[in-house]
Amino acid sequence: MSYYQPETECASQETLRAIQSEKLVKTVRRVYDNVAYYRNLMQEKGLTPDDIRSADDLSKLPFLSKDDLREAYPYGLLALPLTDVVRIQSTSGTTGKRVVAFYTQNDLDIWEDCCARAIVAAGGDKNDVVHVSYGYGLFTGGPGLNGGSHKVGSLTLPMSSGNTDRQIQFMLDLGSTILCCTPSYAAFLGETILQHGLQDQIKLKAGIFGAEAWSEEMRRDIEKMLNIKAYDIYGLTEISGPGVSFECSEQTGMHINEDHFIAEIINPQTGEVLPEGTKGELVFTSISKEAFPLLRYRTRDICVLNRQPCSCGRTLIKMAKPMGRSDDMLIIRGINVFPSQIETVLLNCGFPANYQIIVDRVNYTDTFDVQVEMTPEMFSDTVKRISSREKDLVTSLRAMLGISPKVTLVAPRSIARSEGKAVRVIDKRKI
Amino acid sequence: MTIDQISVFVENNPGRLAEIVAILGNGGIDLRAMSIADTADFGILRLIVSDPKQALAILRAAECIVSVTQVLAVPIEDAPGSLARILRLLSEAEISIEYAYAFITRKQGNAYVIFRVEDNPRAVSILAQNNVKTAGADEIYDL
Repeated sequence: MSYYQPETECASQETLRAIQSEKLVKTVRRVYDNVAYYRNLMQEKGLTPDDIRSADDLSKLPFLSKDDLREAYPYGLLALPLTDVVRIQSTSGTTGKRVVAFYTQNDLDIWEDCCARAIVAAGGDKNDVVHVSYGYGLFTGGPGLNGGSHKVGSLTLPMSSGNTDRQIQFMLDLGSTILCCTPSYAAFLGETILQHGLQDQIKLKAGIFGAEAWSEEMRRDIEKMLNIKAYDIYGLTEISGPGVSFECSEQTGMHINEDHFIAEIINPQTGEVLPEGTKGELVFTSISKEAFPLLRYRTRDICVLNRQPCSCGRTLIKMAKPMGRSDDMLIIRGINVFPSQIETVLLNCGFPANYQIIVDRVNYTDTFDVQVEMTPEMFSDTVKRISSREKDLVTSLRAMLGISPKVTLVAPRSIARSEGKAVRVIDKRKI
Repeated sequence: MTIDQISVFVENNPGRLAEIVAILGNGGIDLRAMSIADTADFGILRLIVSDPKQALAILRAAECIVSVTQVLAVPIEDAPGSLARILRLLSEAEISIEYAYAFITRKQGNAYVIFRVEDNPRAVSILAQNNVKTAGADEIYDL
């Protein structure tokens, strides 16, 4: 069994707890002194840094939500002067919904270490060719796995997303052994490889797939198509990016990098901390971050934690695949989509806010349809004029969301309403 | 001269077209001509009717999405080459046709072609200069 940082990945629970306590106490003091936003939140609860003496005091701290991040946008939660910051990453979406995260060089190193742990857990070492087909740019997928692969010393192919033929050509020519991308893209690559009869020529042995929900059935299909072992990875930009947790050979949940992130499960209604093994909302506190430490950040992901001993030898607590959300956010092809964003675009484009989002999964790829009710103002006797309005709407939605929906114009009052309230989202995906 | 054409948004559901036509029939509206433009998601039903004002009121009351467009109705002799001549006149004047459809009448024994163009007055005057009449409302609605 190989580990990237065995001293922490396999540390005793007491050691991990001691590391967490020490880092938490320091982080709380630092944000209290340097970040007015945190100081105000803590003062509202009558807290000073002296109240936080160990990780056991974590639950005294106030929660932080995406709304706080938006309110503090862009610099309100920055814990260091900008001169010490070297990188920005951002979540998808724009106007009002964007979240920006800041990194010092040390923050990047730790993030990359986390991804390196995931690559090693998936059987990677410096002899591997790591094929990164996550998007590069503001999205954390590409940069995270790219950095992790460098840390491991593997040959790194910064493919980014798209251009499937070129992806497969590089895979064949350079003998890629580990594929990193979204599970839906892995399935698509697998199908394309099978169609071309190239399955015997690829050298892949493992895949690290994340940024969207996927089922065990989908895992087995991808494993069969590509003849690999498929590993899950979890993360969120606010906390660092992919590598907050990662799967090991046992494939029964993702080990959380607890030396950097403390996980809690809470009741999303009351905020009460729930005992291990109970289903609830996942909350993270980043205790190693210099530029952008977040205390008790509510992920809105519903999941379960479990500290049963793992056959891989890691002692890091495991989280199950998230089972849903405690808010209305949709994750479509790895992109975060809020129904309210769609509403904003519709109103800006002169459409009524009567719409319905229909998400489904066909051949392992998310389909994203937005149905909009036709209005007399939008209607015309020529297809050309209606199509051009439809196209403008798709362009504006793409600009807002970073993903193109299929827009369908439907008859007025045809969108189902239940108890007078329209049903905005129909998610048909079975995951 | 131009006449009123009524366009109706037809959602892509089985039976929707039948419903719309029945609404008009029940309201005592005669259809003179119709054409349908279809896309993947919806259709546009274009109608020339006996009483456009009444038809509009009935359709709106039935919560249909409708619009009224001025189109040209050109009587055409039922003989080879008649349509080609008119199209040539329009194309020589660089008037582009967005769509067109034709119907035949029992009474007069001739055909009418409905043209939708960008610039109605210019199209009417070009045709008039070449002795091609455009039918008026009375002529068409009362067919």
